[in-house]
Amino acid sequence: MIEVRDLKKSFGSHTVLEGVTFQIKKGESVVIIGRSGGGKSVLLKHLIGLLKPDQGQVLIEGENIVPMSERELLHVRHKFGMLFQSAALFDSLNVFENVSFAFRRDRSLPEGEIEKKVNEVLELVDLEGTQMKKPSELSGGMRKRVGLARAIIYEPEIVLYDEPTTGLDPIVSDSIDKLIIRVRDRLDVTTVVVTHDMRSAQRIGQRIIMLHERKVYATGTPAEIFGSTDPIIRQFVDGISNPKDHLF
Amino acid sequence: MRFQGSGWIAEWVEGLGRLTLLARETFMSLFTFKVAWCDLLYQIYFVGVRSQSVVLITGAFTGMVLGAQTYFQFHKVKMDTATLAVVSVSMCSELGPVLTGLMVAGRVGAAFAAELGTMRVTEQIDALRTLATHPVDYLVVPRLVSLYIALPLLTAESIAIGIGAGYVVGVFLLGIDPAYLWYYMLKYTGDSDLAIGLIKSFVFGGIVAMISCYKGLNCGEGAEGVGRATTEAVVYSSITVLITNFFLTLALGKVFNKL
Repeated sequence: MIEVRDLKKSFGSHTVLEGVTFQIKKGESVVIIGRSGGGKSVLLKHLIGLLKPDQGQVLIEGENIVPMSERELLHVRHKFGMLFQSAALFDSLNVFENVSFAFRRDRSLPEGEIEKKVNEVLELVDLEGTQMKKPSELSGGMRKRVGLARAIIYEPEIVLYDEPTTGLDPIVSDSIDKLIIRVRDRLDVTTVVVTHDMRSAQRIGQRIIMLHERKVYATGTPAEIFGSTDPIIRQFVDGISNPKDHLF
Repeated sequence: MRFQGSGWIAEWVEGLGRLTLLARETFMSLFTFKVAWCDLLYQIYFVGVRSQSVVLITGAFTGMVLGAQTYFQFHKVKMDTATLAVVSVSMCSELGPVLTGLMVAGRVGAAFAAELGTMRVTEQIDALRTLATHPVDYLVVPRLVSLYIALPLLTAESIAIGIGAGYVVGVFLLGIDPAYLWYYMLKYTGDSDLAIGLIKSFVFGGIVAMISCYKGLNCGEGAEGVGRATTEAVVYSSITVLITNFFLTLALGKVFNKL
């Protein structure tokens, strides 16, 4: 369903991705892990065409999206939903308007039907009764839930999550993990999660891809990755810093 | 592709190229997109209604100052009654559109750049794109159309209030005969003067909208980036309005046989 071939991306003189290659099958749940600033979010943005690579291909159902114009990409993006790290809610719109945004733009459904769908999806993310609230009135966890509701309301085939639990307390993180699993199972979507939260990776992922030194360093099931004896994987999974990384 | 070279000239040419591409995308979208009336009406309200006080004060005091200054000079050669004609022609063809354009660049251009810049740094523009919405369709086109509609109306209002204020100063403060004042104003102000003013304001509306939206959509990271984009939007819009005004004056003067 998603295939990345020899992807390279630099920002100025700083190379972020250097020959990244992997495949994700339809319905699969894949977690991309790696150190902060290691290019995970950049990679995720390439999957939906928000960034253009310097070299390489991104194939969505066999179609290379790299040479597409922004307008051509709009059609491909109907297959995607994306939850941003900051939720990226439209702060001038309330929860109802945020969640119903896609339908109201393409005017494909009558108003009553849109309202029904919004209520259903808000119920799925446990946020009934918040329709009229502004994003500024919501907590971090609630904002992520609204962001997720907005991403899944039109039932996309692929849902991308950019660090969904970053900045949340462990209890809210746990509820977001459960929500991702619930959405995956109920809507039968392909799930790609970028995270450095090892607990989330273990729970959500059917397969884990680890980025290291701008490349795919390892790929395997959670059991394989968490049971690995490779020193680099162990260091990341166990969260042990190098002596040279010490600040004090 | 990045322009190979260094220094501000390379950056300026690159920026101009990007602005041209944005303008092309916007004008293509203008003729194909489905109008979101709600967004458009809100923008017209924001640009037109909320700019009333600024434009009225600017127009009124410009008309008053122009009336007084013209009278001081014309009184020496006993041409007092031609004062309002000068005010009227100046307001219609130059001061009305230019000053309204500059005031709107300051108020509306800054708001556009700050709003779009904040949306960019908080990933809201990326979120729009993931929801299969082109940022140009949703953000730029309603702003451009609203300025195309509102700026000529604001300019007409500014011209009217400027002439009215000049009349009040001339008659009640400087004691000029009102009948002759009005007569010569109507005699020397042609339809072409008003047309020139309104055409200019239409062009200025496009300039302010495109530069401000471009600066907002391409702003740098963080609060500093938004601040810089806002400042640049106002400065570049204002300078472009002033430079364009000179060339428009020559071109429209030729068109309306004033040269």
